[in-house]
Amino acid sequence: MSCCLGIESTADDFSVGILSFDGEVLANVTSTYISESGGIHPREAAQHHAKNVGIVLREAFREAGMRPGDIAVVAFSQGPGMGPCLRTGATAARALASYLDVPLVGVNHLIAHIEIGKLTTGAKDPVTLFVSGGNTLVSAFDAGRYRIFGETLDIAIGNCIDVFAREAGLRPKERMPVAAMVEALASRGRILIPLPYTVKGMDLSFSGLLTAATDLLHEGRHPLEDLCYSLQEGVFSMLTEVTERALAHTEKTEVLLTGGVAANARLQSMLKIIAEEHEARFCVVSKQFAMDNGAMIAWTGILAYQHGLKVPIEKSFIKLKWRVNEVDVPWMD
Amino acid sequence: MLMKKGAEARLFLEEWHGRKVIMKKRLPKKYRLPQLDERIRSYRTLHEPQLMHQSKEAGVPTPTIFLVDVKEANIVMEFIEGEQVKKILHTLTTEERRKLCNHIGVSIGTLHNHGIIHGDLTTSNMILTPHEKIVFVDFGLGEFSTELEARGVDLHLMKRVFQSTHYDCVEDGFEAVWTGYAEAVGEESAGDVSKKIVEIEERGRYIRREET
Repeated sequence: MSCCLGIESTADDFSVGILSFDGEVLANVTSTYISESGGIHPREAAQHHAKNVGIVLREAFREAGMRPGDIAVVAFSQGPGMGPCLRTGATAARALASYLDVPLVGVNHLIAHIEIGKLTTGAKDPVTLFVSGGNTLVSAFDAGRYRIFGETLDIAIGNCIDVFAREAGLRPKERMPVAAMVEALASRGRILIPLPYTVKGMDLSFSGLLTAATDLLHEGRHPLEDLCYSLQEGVFSMLTEVTERALAHTEKTEVLLTGGVAANARLQSMLKIIAEEHEARFCVVSKQFAMDNGAMIAWTGILAYQHGLKVPIEKSFIKLKWRVNEVDVPWMD
Repeated sequence: MLMKKGAEARLFLEEWHGRKVIMKKRLPKKYRLPQLDERIRSYRTLHEPQLMHQSKEAGVPTPTIFLVDVKEANIVMEFIEGEQVKKILHTLTTEERRKLCNHIGVSIGTLHNHGIIHGDLTTSNMILTPHEKIVFVDFGLGEFSTELEARGVDLHLMKRVFQSTHYDCVEDGFEAVWTGYAEAVGEESAGDVSKKIVEIEERGRYIRREET
């Protein structure tokens, strides 16, 4: 059985996945850097990743019941992401590929999110809404590439929620990100406080809304529950609006929701409504594969490798701002 | 008669006091809370006619407004005979396309010179009339602004439409839009906007989180 090992390290997660070429997930192991002070410090995250490379790799091989020699291809997230984090993952991938003497494949992190979403939900050709701490993107396939239909013009949605949560004094715990705390608080909110609503064509802007929400928070006149409720209703309505526009424009028959923020029940319910109105199937990627994970890199590595895409080690530079519409995806044709 | 079921509004082609008109209805969105939904629909219904009127004054053709009903989020406006630029762009020769795109660029520049941001510059929102006028429609996401950021975003959208929908003619198409735009706003302003677009394109992915 041919297998690919994928290494993901674009931001705060260091993750290793092992998949068979026919798409069976044999291992998916993640170690997350948790910052004490707030936000991700790229260098500290990279140090965390470097310290955990051996542990995560060993655990992945144990979970898959395999030995390093059983790996036929090594894939790694080549970008976009934070430089120090990407470099750590790339270094590990190069070393492993060179030691095992197997081909190396560089994978676009965002495309990997879409591909693992398709694999695990059965979607074939969806409009994808990818929402995470570092990205906000509406994308769909057309003529050889994933095209960008909408994206944030300033900060990512997950970042918007995280910054607000931290301003409100919330701190992440193991297995409990602050966004989940905001969701819990929002579910108890009752009063909708007006906040900026910024949609530009199919693009979005969250920074004005974040500033307004943070100012109201510091004024202290509104319960935190109502602020979380108003924030969520606003940003998720914006996301749903642009996704609906992309759906109407492309006339695709599937909507795929993925990324760390995809776990939010309110966002899911809104997207389900527009999918139904356009007679499209609504697919949500399960948490394990919606968060950053090594399995998605391994799977996309397999797709790329099977279409002859690999990268020589000396040319395997990381790409900090690698956009999805710059990447050919021959496996979709 | 329902003519277009857009994501934001429905367009009906109707007879109204002997005229052919477009009735633009912003129907409630079930996914939004009713209070938020009403706020957004009435805001857009009120602002769209103002922007269209100002555009006309600036010399960029837009449909004539006949009736605005903010409460019902309805606008009745002139029906424009012609073709959506989106539908005809690929049927043109390179020379014709360049001419048309240049004209579009001049119109966008004229809007910006008058502090009008269209907010949704796609080729479906431009209608080429039999008299070779380009009529701009759908100002629902527009705003009055002279800020560089707003201008940059406006043109960034236009550029992305070429990349996502007209990817076979990004080169000559968007180039010509840009040339027309620079003619209208002047080289210096165009240079500033161009720099802004590059900055916008580099944003929005991995942002600088609060570094500690």
